[in-house]
Amino acid sequence: MKENLLGSTLARLDEVAADAGLPRYAGRQLADWIYGKGVTGFEDMSNLPREARIALAERYSVELSPPVKGTESADGTKKYLFAAAGGRFVEAAWIPEEHRGTLCLSVQVGCKMGCLFCMTGRQGFQAHLSAGEILNQYLSLPERARVTNIVYMGMGEPLDNLANVLASLEILCADYGFGLSPTRITVSTIGLVPAMRVFLDSTKCHLAVSLHTPFEEERRRLMPIENVHPLSEVLAELRTRMVRGQRRVSFEYIVFDGLNDTPRHARELARILDGIRCRVNLIAFHAIPGTPLAPASREKMEQFQALLRDRGLLATIRQSRGQDIEAACGLLSTRELVRAREDGDT
Amino acid sequence: MASNRGIRVIPVRGSTERNGHRLDPSRLETVRVTANTEIAPGIYRLSFARPWDFVAGQSIALTLDPRVPPRFYSIASGTADPLVDVLYDLFREGVLTPRLAALVPGDELLGSRPFGAFRDAGGPSCWIATGTGIAPFVSMARSGSTEGKLLIHGSRSIAGLLDRGFFSSLMDGRYVPCCTREKEPGVFEGRPTAWLSAQPLPAAERFLLCGNSGMVVDTRDILIGRGVPFADVIAEIYF
Repeated sequence: MKENLLGSTLARLDEVAADAGLPRYAGRQLADWIYGKGVTGFEDMSNLPREARIALAERYSVELSPPVKGTESADGTKKYLFAAAGGRFVEAAWIPEEHRGTLCLSVQVGCKMGCLFCMTGRQGFQAHLSAGEILNQYLSLPERARVTNIVYMGMGEPLDNLANVLASLEILCADYGFGLSPTRITVSTIGLVPAMRVFLDSTKCHLAVSLHTPFEEERRRLMPIENVHPLSEVLAELRTRMVRGQRRVSFEYIVFDGLNDTPRHARELARILDGIRCRVNLIAFHAIPGTPLAPASREKMEQFQALLRDRGLLATIRQSRGQDIEAACGLLSTRELVRAREDGDT
Repeated sequence: MASNRGIRVIPVRGSTERNGHRLDPSRLETVRVTANTEIAPGIYRLSFARPWDFVAGQSIALTLDPRVPPRFYSIASGTADPLVDVLYDLFREGVLTPRLAALVPGDELLGSRPFGAFRDAGGPSCWIATGTGIAPFVSMARSGSTEGKLLIHGSRSIAGLLDRGFFSSLMDGRYVPCCTREKEPGVFEGRPTAWLSAQPLPAAERFLLCGNSGMVVDTRDILIGRGVPFADVIAEIYF
């Protein structure tokens, strides 16, 4: 089976070049063809010697995988399904707005973290996506030319697939790759502290931490990771490696009706986030089947936002998009998986 | 706290302030293996002399090289035991466990201090585990916390029902071994979720789950679907 070079960093492409009898600097030429020019056939890489092109084609490929399905919301949001190993699917979401277009990427097939409110976790964990599979969601997006921002907030925990996420970020931001500004990219995490440390040291991308409640005992019920990496440890790490320069940290906060939207929660949030330059994103909960949690009304979200602002926190309500196309992360792919099984496809 | 004499502390780049019983990956201590035994096909119990106190249910991080990110393992021994035990599955393609499996008594490895908050607050509770997820419940049981507890343990094989004899004698009638691929009298045929679905809901104030995410999510769904408040379900997921 040939190695797909999509997702290879420059260091790997240098090795590939040497393997094909080329000088190491030819790795940059390969990167230019693959990432700069979007060429997938070695025979078209005209500044490489013919013998080298033949040698490369024998051992390697450059393959893109277009989405197998797309659904569009009335608000313009689109969800695309990409085939993954084992007859499963991952989702990417295209979220157009007036002045920008955001692509939401997946990093794993399923997820290990088991958060109570998450549909992806219901699939269990199947596999990490390779750097190439992560990048493919960007490269194969029909609206790619309009992408201004990328968020790693789709299926899976990005920092649980650290090596592939870092490789994909390098390629997105490097001059040999796509040259995107890291300030246009946000990576989310539930707070895997050791990996978060590596991420903060090795990239300049923004970080979004899933918070959802300031109380550790309550967070433990929502997010089992709290048993391993308590929120206080996550915040201590952020304070220690205080986000400098252009880097921004945000805290994601899904608002559940009657659970985490009280004045007590607002007070505690203000207390624990004191001294961290950040934004709190309040997110409407897209209910998933069988959940004991309920979405807060828009009015309650605004009341909670006001409570946070009164305490000096920068709090925004993230616009809810794609409600008519199974917006909850993992819902569309889960339905597709069930459908495929019912059809005997897998 | 037990004496730390003889423990070498290896600082890792980017160290943070110390935080008591929380994971502090900036401090890995050298410990010396006293035993490393394959107790079932592909499942090992590794032991070393206990250098610190801990709370039953806590975990430690282990690695063999400070450059290799440590992996987390629940402690599978009692709080007063002289040795610290951990259980691990050998993943032949893994970065760490093939090297762990090769350790022999006298070898050194790097471990964190205990951390984590997966604890049983007392009172009637139901413990549900699969595979090596039994570890924190071994620790709780060996620490004397079995009164009013029901343990449901699932495994693919009979041999994977770790410490079955110990639990059978200690928790007579309150221990439910479940096996999916082999049959044996006294062992429920199927997963713990199947057993749970077929039984009246156990009388418990809380449910503690430990295993892979699929088991935890499925079990939690069943419990919540049967009316257990989600606040009474506490999970530890292996990742």
